[in-house]
Amino acid sequence: MSAQFDGARSTSPDAPAAFQIIDAHAAYDGVPVLDGVDVEIPVGRTLAVLGPNGSGKSTLMRAMLGIVPLTSGEIRVHGTPLKRFRDWRRIGYVPQRLTAGGAVPATVREIVASGQVARRRRLSLPTRADRVAVDEALAAVDLGDRAGDSVRELSGGQQQRVLIARALAGRPDTFVMDEPMAGVDADNQRALAEAISRLRDQGSTVVLVLHELGPLEEVIDRAVVLEHGRVVHDGAPPKATGACARPGHEHQHPHPDPNDPDAHPEIIPTRGARP
Amino acid sequence: MIELLQYEFMRRALIAAVLVGLVTPVIGTFLVQRRLALLGDGIGHVALTGVALGLLTSTSPVLTAAVVATLGAVLMELVRVRTRTSGDVALALLFYGGIAGGVLLIGLTPGASNATLTSFLFGSVSTVGEQDIWIVGALAVGVLTVLAVFGRELFVLCQDEEVARAHGLPVRFLSILLAVTAALTVVIAMRVVGVLMVSALMIVPVAAAQQLSRSFRVTVGLAVLIGLLSSLGGLTTAFYSDLAPGATIVLLALAVYCVAVVVGGLLRRATARRGVPPLPQGTGGPTDTMPQTDRGRVTP
Repeated sequence: MSAQFDGARSTSPDAPAAFQIIDAHAAYDGVPVLDGVDVEIPVGRTLAVLGPNGSGKSTLMRAMLGIVPLTSGEIRVHGTPLKRFRDWRRIGYVPQRLTAGGAVPATVREIVASGQVARRRRLSLPTRADRVAVDEALAAVDLGDRAGDSVRELSGGQQQRVLIARALAGRPDTFVMDEPMAGVDADNQRALAEAISRLRDQGSTVVLVLHELGPLEEVIDRAVVLEHGRVVHDGAPPKATGACARPGHEHQHPHPDPNDPDAHPEIIPTRGARP
Repeated sequence: MIELLQYEFMRRALIAAVLVGLVTPVIGTFLVQRRLALLGDGIGHVALTGVALGLLTSTSPVLTAAVVATLGAVLMELVRVRTRTSGDVALALLFYGGIAGGVLLIGLTPGASNATLTSFLFGSVSTVGEQDIWIVGALAVGVLTVLAVFGRELFVLCQDEEVARAHGLPVRFLSILLAVTAALTVVIAMRVVGVLMVSALMIVPVAAAQQLSRSFRVTVGLAVLIGLLSSLGGLTTAFYSDLAPGATIVLLALAVYCVAVVVGGLLRRATARRGVPPLPQGTGGPTDTMPQTDRGRVTP
């Protein structure tokens, strides 16, 4: 089941950072969401972006892919400013979605193969290598036997795995995943964690936006915690008790009353007890 | 069927029906996927303004409709993206502007009557001229070429616009391309079923095919088959029973949809009995996932 991805093309120490975020500002309707974020993500690292709802972590991730524009600051992807970046086949994006399918039925294989859109030539039939890449992507998330099924027939967790397989099918070396564990049952979470851990072992860069570390704690080697659009922690992943328990953690409480029992930061796994 | 072909106007009508049955479901599948099923209706209304402009200026109404519908499609896409107008409101604006413009201009045209208006509102396939056939044929080739060349990108765009952006695809260009292609398809179908029912041929065959299919490709194929069956069958029935062709075609397509719902239900039950997980009803996904928290666009 271990799939060989030809990603991780530039693992030399001189390779420019996969993502370089310099003083990034972004705003919704004039309300600042990112307020001067500086993060550098070297090639080959597995990094989690943590933070409560509204901390700007999803916006940061979307800005990294050019989905939302910055009001000021700069983002470089593999050394190239985002506006001039054209090597999109290196990027594999896993969005947070309720379902992997659309309004029209589509098979698991069709959805996964669509992840090759950035590397396929127009009007060309899939080559042998393209088909092999789809097979391997399906195997990597353990869905090889469901290739011909309609995506709608799968459970929520399986559909999340389809989205990851779609990102794998383009054989990128840089992954950006938005809450891949949200609403996924324990078995599927383990399967996802295994797939991500294999990506790490192959030298890929993986950026995960997470609500909690959960079963991914083992695979993450660095965590960036955002609060109110600012980086409040950048370093070793915080333990499950929450970032606030770490020594030296710059505590910026989102609530006015520190004695309020409800006023805990949401990086504590409040969503952990899902069915 | 043979005596049908003895008439010159019926031969032209049948060619038009084949082109319409072939092209409309293909573009329709992408529109349904993009959740813009009513786009064809909006463009149809705008096409009416184009038709009226053609009548007023004594140009070919099909050509002016193609130009105005294309402009309308581009405009709607820009309104949707640039202003704070949601897709359905942008569509509604298009509906009203198109129909009002059409009625106003036809009123200004000397010699144009309610009959002229009706023939474009509800179709008049028997009056399709040779020039119309050439224009419609060229448009059909154009639409199918666009979909063949850009199909893969359009699939990703219609599936998930954000993912398309993260793949570095030219999202705005592709959106406008799809809208323009839909506009040209509307013009192709306009002469056969009329601007008010044009969208039915884009959507109903796709809705029927969805009931019977697990894959996107098969849905497109089935939809084309149902489209051809409805347009040719409807036209023939209308000829022999002296019915309005446009309405007959649309009602036949709806009848196929009803049959597909029943057959699809039986198929699902049969596969469920064999222990294969059933095709779910409708388009709803699992409900135990976290809701999306898209707050919309970021202002620059």
